[in-house]
Amino acid sequence: MLTFVARRLLLAVPVLLGVVFVVMLTVDLIPGDAVALMLGEHATPEAVARLRDYLGLDKPLLVRYAAYVGHVAHGDLGRSIQQNRPVVDELGDAWPATLELTVAALCLAALVGVAAGVVSAVWPNSVFDAVARVGSLFGLSMPVFWTGLVLIVCFALWLPWLPVGGAGSLGHLVLPAITLALPSVAMVARMTRSSVLEVLREDYVRTARAKGVAERLVVSKHALRNAAIPILTLLGLQAGQLMGGAVLTETVFAWPGLGRLMVKAIFARDYVLLQGAVLVFALAFVLINLVVDLAYGALDPRVARQG
Amino acid sequence: MAAGAAATFTGPAGAPVRATLSADAWQRFRKSRLAMAGLVVVGLLVIAAAGAPWLAPADPAKQSLIEKRARPGGKFLLGADEFGRDILSRLIYGSRVALLVGGLSVAIALAVALTLGSVAGFVGGWVDALIMRAVEILLAFPYLLLAIAVVSALGPGVLNTTIAVGIWGAPTATRLVRSAVLTARDSEYARAARALGATGARVLVRHVLRNVLPSVIVYSTLFMANAILVEAALSFLGLGAQPPTPSWGLMVSSGRDFLLVAPHITTVPGLAIMLAVLGFNLLGDGLRDALDPRLRGQL
Repeated sequence: MLTFVARRLLLAVPVLLGVVFVVMLTVDLIPGDAVALMLGEHATPEAVARLRDYLGLDKPLLVRYAAYVGHVAHGDLGRSIQQNRPVVDELGDAWPATLELTVAALCLAALVGVAAGVVSAVWPNSVFDAVARVGSLFGLSMPVFWTGLVLIVCFALWLPWLPVGGAGSLGHLVLPAITLALPSVAMVARMTRSSVLEVLREDYVRTARAKGVAERLVVSKHALRNAAIPILTLLGLQAGQLMGGAVLTETVFAWPGLGRLMVKAIFARDYVLLQGAVLVFALAFVLINLVVDLAYGALDPRVARQG
Repeated sequence: MAAGAAATFTGPAGAPVRATLSADAWQRFRKSRLAMAGLVVVGLLVIAAAGAPWLAPADPAKQSLIEKRARPGGKFLLGADEFGRDILSRLIYGSRVALLVGGLSVAIALAVALTLGSVAGFVGGWVDALIMRAVEILLAFPYLLLAIAVVSALGPGVLNTTIAVGIWGAPTATRLVRSAVLTARDSEYARAARALGATGARVLVRHVLRNVLPSVIVYSTLFMANAILVEAALSFLGLGAQPPTPSWGLMVSSGRDFLLVAPHITTVPGLAIMLAVLGFNLLGDGLRDALDPRLRGQL
């Protein structure tokens, strides 16, 4: 188990370095003089010099990369051009809101998705199953930002039950969390249904039923536990989906998180802040998948033994 | 399963077997009502895009300020937007943007994937390792964020959006092609072709890639659904298509200031996005089940 953990940790290192490399390269995609574009025409010479030095666009790629990795490793993500504050501080202010939103959505996805999927699998082709399957097809096809706006129209404007946007109370969280969770609920429900259905056909389930184990226990102990690995993988991947969706949801609901900060940074041409935000999202995603990977080892001893 | 087995035998009987395979797949496809519904939706979408100038009841750019935000019904079947433009006509023209961005980005992703994926799978060794590490790195970016980063650096516009969506789709497609190539490369028929003296390139093109085709078709269809969603999302954020392009995502965004007085400006274009995405999802699921049921769970 220990070598398994160590191996997975080591495998994540090149990915992390690569992510930092790609984020650094995004500035190179900017057509023309990136520094001039970012600072506008009224920039002071010192500001221009400082940004040029930070980005180091005139230096060879590898030198630049080494410097950038050094900065990142020291927690220095540069200074936000618009606010003239360290990017780390800007991101530090915004991340708790995004964490709150994505965790709420992930919990919804896991609870509602798994529950719906299990019920569908236990009574396949029932009315519930049909409704859940059609519902999840629609859930997968609805654009997140549109769902959010429709929910605002219904539950904040026509029926003034919940706030239109902003953050603060639990009421503020309801609509954004549901909006963000919907596609993931659909995905998880689909996946749970198919993997539980598959497990329910296994010999050991038949054995359990034959020896008189109650159906409830067959489903919860035998089926769900063995169907857990694909569901867990999907939940890990959904975390990425949720972070991307958070950018849209936060924009719709004026939720003060990383996603909204990122969109603001793009319109302010604050690429240093944008780089920082993308980096934080990507690093978080890599770490989540690492945790999911390690969780397999705990759930399924075979995975840990193979390394 | 029978069709899957049949597909792996080529050679003298190649042509008739292939004919049976596609006929067989069509038989299975036809039986699924959802798949047929997807085909109909996608067909309507293509007709709308191709025949937009004849089908649209009005000029999609014509403004009429006295009729701005007109409710659905009457002269404007689906209402008018904040400039008094006919929403139905803009939706019909918008299908061109959706299909164009979707189709071209699929082409970009596939061009990258077929090249890199088959090289990685076929050559193996350090080349494979290098390509797959790069793919892993790109996959480490959460959904949408890579596309956002690319398009915000390149600048807004339909072309840049297409490039961004294509880049976003390339890593997954590369991984898919590689694994399909790996399976096909070590199959009996590929080894038989080698033994008969076929060169590596010939085996790859004639034998391996041909058998990768079902996965690629299914992937492309499902990718279209995602590409339409991502294009709409980028345009909604203001990073994709710019006004006055009739992009569905942009149309949803433009109604945001009038949610209370004229919600249809936002809700109606969203329905179009949903329908198009649903159509491609259903078609993709149907094709997967018809062409190769083994792909279930992978795609």
